[in-house]
Amino acid sequence: MYGCDVAVVGAGIVGAACASECARAGLSVIVFDRGPVGGGTTAAAMGHVVVMDDSEAQFALTSYSRRLWRDLAAELPAEVHYEACGTLWVAADEEEMAEARRKEEFCRVRGLRAEILDEAALREAEPNLRPGLRGGLLIPDDAVLYPPSAAMFFLGRAPQNKIEFRAGSEVRALNPDGGVILGDGTRISAGLTVNAAGCGSPDLTAGLPVKKRKGHLVVTHRYPGHIRHQIVELGYLKSAHSVSSDSVAFNVQPRANGQMLIGSSRQYGAEHPGVEFGILRRMLERAAMYLPDLGRLVAIRSWAGFRPATPDKLPFIGPSAGNQKIWLATGHEGLGITSSLATGRLLADMVLNRPSEIPVAPYSPARSLLEGKAHG
Amino acid sequence: MAEIVSLTINGRPVRVPSGTVVAAALALAGESRFRRSVAGHPRGPLCGMGVCFECSVTIDGRPHCRSCQTLCAEGMEVRTDE
Ligand SMILES: Cc1cc2nc3c(=O)[nH]c(=O)nc-3n(C[C@H](O)[C@H](O)[C@H](O)COP(=O)(O)OP(=O)(O)OC[C@H]3O[C@@H](n4cnc5c(N)ncnc54)[C@H](O)[C@@H]3O)c2cc1C
Ligand code: FES
Repeated sequence: MYGCDVAVVGAGIVGAACASECARAGLSVIVFDRGPVGGGTTAAAMGHVVVMDDSEAQFALTSYSRRLWRDLAAELPAEVHYEACGTLWVAADEEEMAEARRKEEFCRVRGLRAEILDEAALREAEPNLRPGLRGGLLIPDDAVLYPPSAAMFFLGRAPQNKIEFRAGSEVRALNPDGGVILGDGTRISAGLTVNAAGCGSPDLTAGLPVKKRKGHLVVTHRYPGHIRHQIVELGYLKSAHSVSSDSVAFNVQPRANGQMLIGSSRQYGAEHPGVEFGILRRMLERAAMYLPDLGRLVAIRSWAGFRPATPDKLPFIGPSAGNQKIWLATGHEGLGITSSLATGRLLADMVLNRPSEIPVAPYSPARSLLEGKAHG
Repeated sequence: MAEIVSLTINGRPVRVPSGTVVAAALALAGESRFRRSVAGHPRGPLCGMGVCFECSVTIDGRPHCRSCQTLCAEGMEVRTDE
């Protein structure tokens, strides 16, 4: 039986964005998830919409997607808790201050707003940071939001007769002719299938180089005004880059209700989904080096999630190398909330043969087969 | 007989046997609202075992303390105006 034009596996923020963009363009879409909407990595995330510049391709995708978020901001329902609070990158020493200036210039020449803060301006912006920090960089157009509600909004935004969501549907395999085979053996045909299963994507597309990168978060009780921006240490760049060892970095986010999310940690090879107190402790000690009063505040929950990581830190968006009926939208690592909107838009552009606003080649799944994949 | 501990709840003096948790002292004192939710709704103890944070109160000036996990102490000041 012909089920739909596009079958999407995964109702995380990435699958939801792809489904929404395809349905809005008039295609019929069925979304399958073994759980609810946004219950995977999307539920574990921080929801920082941030422009990153590890590579030109990463910058292109994150800045394009941030623009799409900003364009959509007025339409986002209250429960998405979208707030353009900006990112404050904190420099502890002269080396990190040089990095702040490099980033400022990088943004400025590409037309994005960025502002260097000296020590006094930093203290004024965030009085609870410890004294003696060197300065910082304010990126005022970055934002924060609540990811599961955003995924819900994407699905609801599509015309209802064009999109169907099947919760509790385990997909066992992708049919090479398009469509999916469900856990109970049911086959549903489709013009094409999008594997947006996040960390589950390699189970459905053999050989896909997507690995789990574990991260922890803590959420506090309500302390309105304790911090005003998403604050991230510039040392983050050094620690997040190391692909071998476990690392922690200072990364905190103010929530609209006064709560704070405290991150972050990165671990490869950790398979257990539970909280590990050793790394949690390191993460909180790191945070307390920047926000000395943190130890006096009350944390109410902690959890961990898995980022779907690729070897070159860029996602896979487009038809899979082996089969033109099986498409990929996965491997967004720690930037899937940010780049979900751009991913959905680019995927729909390719499906419909529309011109896209940014080049899609850097995210082509075929690149993982290319010799000398020397991105970074 | 247990020793008696004196504390204040919203400024009102209260005496309870030592070993009483603050949540129980609040209940004995007739308090039904321990705090308010983000939306302003009244909240009180739910799990009684330190997990839900619904029973948070201010103890000796420190906000967001779990009253079900804190023993009453002599001279303690408890407030339920969070
Ligand atoms: C601690 C932490 C903090 C983060 N912070 C940020 C941040 O601040 N900003 C940011 O941009 N990104 C952040 N991220 C990254 C972001 O969360 C991810 O990149 C993003 O959620 C990936 O979305 P996804 O839709 O690809 O995956 P998921 O949300 O995991 O969705 C995949 C879905 O597929 C379903 N699925 C898998 N296999 C099957 C199957 N066989 N059958 C049926 N269903 C299946 C799963 O149930 C799941 O719902 C963070 C991640 C972590 C862990
Ligand atoms: S009643 Fe649940 S934490 Fe106190």
